[in-house]
Amino acid sequence: MNKLTDFLRNFGAAGLFLGKILAATPASLLRPGLIMAQIYKVGANSLVLIMMAGLFVGMVLGLQFYTTLAKFGAEQSLGAVTVLAMVRELGPVVTALLFAGRAGTALASEIGLMKATEQLAGMEMMAVDPMRYVVVPRFLGCFIALPLLTGIFNLIGLLGAWFVAVQIMGLDGGQFWAPMPENVDVYEDVLGGVMKSVFFGAAAGLLAVYEGYNAYPTAEGVSRATTRTVVITAMAVLVLDYMLTALLI
Amino acid sequence: MTEPLIEIRDLHYRRGDKVIFDGVDLDIHAGKVTAFMGPSGTGKTTLLRLVTGQLKPDRGTVKIWGENVPDLDREALYALRQRMGMLFQNGALLTDLSVYENIAFPLREHTDLPETLIRDLVLMKLEAVGLRGAWSMMPSELSGGMARRVALARAIVMDPEIIFYDEPFVGLDPISMGVIVRLIKLLNDALGLTSIVVSHDIEEICTVADHLVLLSEGKIVGEGTADELRDSDSEWVKQFMEGLADGPVPFHYPAPDLEQQMLREGDDA
Repeated sequence: MNKLTDFLRNFGAAGLFLGKILAATPASLLRPGLIMAQIYKVGANSLVLIMMAGLFVGMVLGLQFYTTLAKFGAEQSLGAVTVLAMVRELGPVVTALLFAGRAGTALASEIGLMKATEQLAGMEMMAVDPMRYVVVPRFLGCFIALPLLTGIFNLIGLLGAWFVAVQIMGLDGGQFWAPMPENVDVYEDVLGGVMKSVFFGAAAGLLAVYEGYNAYPTAEGVSRATTRTVVITAMAVLVLDYMLTALLI
Repeated sequence: MTEPLIEIRDLHYRRGDKVIFDGVDLDIHAGKVTAFMGPSGTGKTTLLRLVTGQLKPDRGTVKIWGENVPDLDREALYALRQRMGMLFQNGALLTDLSVYENIAFPLREHTDLPETLIRDLVLMKLEAVGLRGAWSMMPSELSGGMARRVALARAIVMDPEIIFYDEPFVGLDPISMGVIVRLIKLLNDALGLTSIVVSHDIEEICTVADHLVLLSEGKIVGEGTADELRDSDSEWVKQFMEGLADGPVPFHYPAPDLEQQMLREGDDA
């Protein structure tokens, strides 16, 4: 029962925190430099991880689908099936999970340590709102970077699948690409996937800054906040994924 | 006597079940160095946070320039804080900015000064704390004493009227401590500031403070100049000023009888 009330209290507090973030966002938008720096920090620094993951997920899909579809003589559907799996599900979800581990934890521990070393209180005393200067730029950084990373994950994944299916397994290149235009819908499939990643970006960003900002200002508190960030973000992404999929279908 | 700059009346504050302040009344006058003293855990830093509006009291008023701090909204509080500087215990420098950028930070946030003027101001403040040569260093490259001096330069860069020091001597070697002591006095007199220092280092603080306030168990137990406190008859003041292990503040944390506890067999110690 205590855990449930704790969960509900945290859920409500995170919602209120989101309200504060949105209220401080207009003022933060006047400082695009801070937001760009965060997009670079969470986005560009996650790029290699996301690209590697995209490449291997795509290659595995190419291999699995080729061997399975070949049994039914349906190899020519491979390209379309791979793209659908990537843009609708795997791209947004896997990117968000990796992002939570790579960028979410970094943000939570950074903000938690800023709190523990009194940097946030120092800003308050210099009459600089830490919400505007620290929290909102990091939240927006996640919100903008994650959909971009998802797009890159999808593209690299598609190339990985193509490489395995066409270059290694010997599927005809034309058969790989040709079914895509008629089977993949730009709005429903591609934009649906982008929309998921926008929600995941907001969730990952919110949970990272919320956990960091509310961390107990000790070594143990920061470590707890970091762990909670990755665990709760992963759960939130999976739950949101089901809800969004149900809405979109 | 002139009107006090900071006027605290009937201040009550509790954290959970623990009473931190139980009706504190205090006046702080302009142009003076006032020290809050007391054993660790008496709430000296908490008092500083209540005065600067980082915490809200349960009851009572804290008036600065006639404005009651707990009643101020965020905007008014920030306007007030632009007239204050604060030196945190560990400096609280922004770790992703260089020494130069740390000191320029409040200027960039609150003014539209041209870069050349910001540069001149930053270098002047760094010169004042003797660290002009360290302008390009990052906070992680500074020693504890240097970090505190940089933080002091940052605290005075907006030319505040009041400056707060939270335990400025903790963890410093004797030379750095001497430097900070000298700077507190020098800055207070040269810039016409009002300084409030939280400390329990009696020797150092007595050399700079014009007025000492001794806190214990939620109340002010002694007040006056260093000489007045040294001559005080109060047992409590004597214990603190002379650093005696036992007195009104007991050496032992409350515990059951030693013999009983040693003889008892059980799992609770």
